[in-house]
Amino acid sequence: MEIVFLLEQVVNGLVLGGYYLLLALGLSLIFSVGGVVNLAHGAFYALGAYVSLEVIQRLGFGASIFITPVLVGLLGILFERFLLRRFYSADPILSLLVTFALAMVVEQVIRMIWGAAPLASNMPQIFKGQLMAGHFMFSRYRLFILLVVMIVMSGIWLLLHKTAFGRVVRAGVQRPDMVAVLGIRLQPYMTAIVVLGVATAALGGMLFGPIAEVQPAMGNEIMTVAFVVVVIGGLGSFWGVVLAALLVGVVRGVTIYFAPAAGEASMYVLMFLVLMFRPRGLLGERIERFE
Amino acid sequence: MEHEKGKAVSVLRSTARRSVLKAGAALAGSAALGLPGMVMAQGDKIRIGHLTPETGFLGVLGKYAVMGVQLARDEINASGGVMGRQLDVISEDSVNPQVASTKAQRMIERDKVAVLMGEINSASALTISQVAERYHTLFMCTGARSDVLRGKDCNRYTFYVDIPVTVMVNAVGLALVRDNLVKGKKIYSLTADYLFGHDLSKAAKKFFAANGGIQIGDELVATDVTDFSPYLMKIRQAQPDLVATNLAGNQVTNFVKQYAEFGLPYPVVGFNLNTADAWAAGEGNLSGIWPTVWHQDLKTPGSEAFVANFTKRYGKPPENHAWVEYVTLKMLAQAMNATKSTDTEKLIAYFESGAKFDILKAREGYFRSWDHQLMQEAYPFTVKPKGQSKNKYDFLQFGEAVPASNQPLEMMAPTKAESACKM
Repeated sequence: MEIVFLLEQVVNGLVLGGYYLLLALGLSLIFSVGGVVNLAHGAFYALGAYVSLEVIQRLGFGASIFITPVLVGLLGILFERFLLRRFYSADPILSLLVTFALAMVVEQVIRMIWGAAPLASNMPQIFKGQLMAGHFMFSRYRLFILLVVMIVMSGIWLLLHKTAFGRVVRAGVQRPDMVAVLGIRLQPYMTAIVVLGVATAALGGMLFGPIAEVQPAMGNEIMTVAFVVVVIGGLGSFWGVVLAALLVGVVRGVTIYFAPAAGEASMYVLMFLVLMFRPRGLLGERIERFE
Repeated sequence: MEHEKGKAVSVLRSTARRSVLKAGAALAGSAALGLPGMVMAQGDKIRIGHLTPETGFLGVLGKYAVMGVQLARDEINASGGVMGRQLDVISEDSVNPQVASTKAQRMIERDKVAVLMGEINSASALTISQVAERYHTLFMCTGARSDVLRGKDCNRYTFYVDIPVTVMVNAVGLALVRDNLVKGKKIYSLTADYLFGHDLSKAAKKFFAANGGIQIGDELVATDVTDFSPYLMKIRQAQPDLVATNLAGNQVTNFVKQYAEFGLPYPVVGFNLNTADAWAAGEGNLSGIWPTVWHQDLKTPGSEAFVANFTKRYGKPPENHAWVEYVTLKMLAQAMNATKSTDTEKLIAYFESGAKFDILKAREGYFRSWDHQLMQEAYPFTVKPKGQSKNKYDFLQFGEAVPASNQPLEMMAPTKAESACKM
């Protein structure tokens, strides 16, 4: 029986990892292509949660899954076009400062519009409750999240690996100079990547709203985890981020099974170990980009 | 990590900017008045240093505290101030215990505040009370509930307004014993991993042991945990008769929401839930029995007027931290008016004298002279049956005051023999 509970933690960790993935992948993509560490990523996550509250109220939960990422993604166009674009070739510290400032501005704007008190977001009644599969207990809602994540991730993978768009992006990640020599402007691609990243973050915010509470600083909490995942996974690697997200989820679950008090520290220890023995991350292609 | 560094920078920057602004405002003010300093000093405002967490896991509660103290300040000032002088409340984000201590020190040394008040985080309240003792300045500790704070770590410059952990445990515990949920039952606990949570856990364990409960687990949970699913699985594995939570801040909200999400069958109780966190959980996600120090449905003339004024000004009902800040500033004004002084020693003597204070409850409160705790009523609450709430703030069912009106207020508080407080 004991082993069943341990396995249950592993499976639950995989589910949770899928959710981390929604944030980490966008963060990793934006960094890989633009060389910008987007500290405002969590702000878009929070925006997603708040915008979804408005959309759910008017059009329902189902519509919100599609509309919320689109709305926040549109903001992403402005973000890339007027802010981020100026910093691709600048000193990385500048983009750090700018995106950090933006994160604070967005948090305050949220406070001004929706207030500081947390808002209640509810999942549709049909997702409430548990689902028993053999000895394993699942939350119906989290299985639904997992399904959404799998669809989104498959979509992004196909986009990056099976389309002309994806070929240019991947080439841009590896050799931006060569792409330029071939006469391709990377800027529109960068806009698309930022929109994609920001939209998935917003989707993450929307999906996690009903599990936790929707509050202005919710982005800060999740950003740390997203960073840890990106660092462990290695930059520029799609599968690295996927692997790291799942690993972080599982390691946390298993740690809590044996030593609950160490649960939150476990992912940092994991990051520490990975950085010690493999500084480029599990599947990272290089380490020199950000210096 | 860049993230954390950034945070520190932001704190530094915002403080610097604020002080520049303040200096600017002071300059502009004195220039506009064109009065010599002496005259200004006479009609000088009484400065109150107000520290409370406005960010982080207690930030939401702190915002209510700021609203409460502002409402009290404006009411006091509108009715002529204290001894003819206006109150000037300087509210700042206390951030964490280290920053809280630094800011408290700065408020005393540079801003020359007469009194310090505030706080929700017990660890920050501890560092502020140490500063208060060192500088011989009065500190009205409002929302921090740790037992240790007012036991072993008490000092004669600090007074404690909120109910302590022991009272919260007793308030809920009496209801649990009544419902036969303790004797011979297996109890599993989750505890917030910081001063307050540990305190709560200690008091709860003591109560369960005294009433025949069997503690089968008590796990520590870091304060920044948002996902409780691994803990929920541990609970299912343990198969308890009762889940007792010693969590704090938005941990409680996240826990109860996810508990409802996973649909676990065991009854939940908690010894700490602020009404703001209950509202955030939302109807349908909350269950169980919880304690509170004050609530907006209390039918006393004072409470009804406070709720009406607060709702009119802020567009939502007050939370218990708005109440505690509000009555604390009113108590301070009463003490200053009665002693005709802002002198620390005179104020301490007044508070220790057993003076009665209208704290908007059925019975007046008073401070115990030997441990500076406010003796007052508390209330258990549950959740209204489905479909009975009028709005999103109205799904909580508040119970009768404890202790009952024929019992002494000190009944639920730790006795002198139990308390480690030596002043």
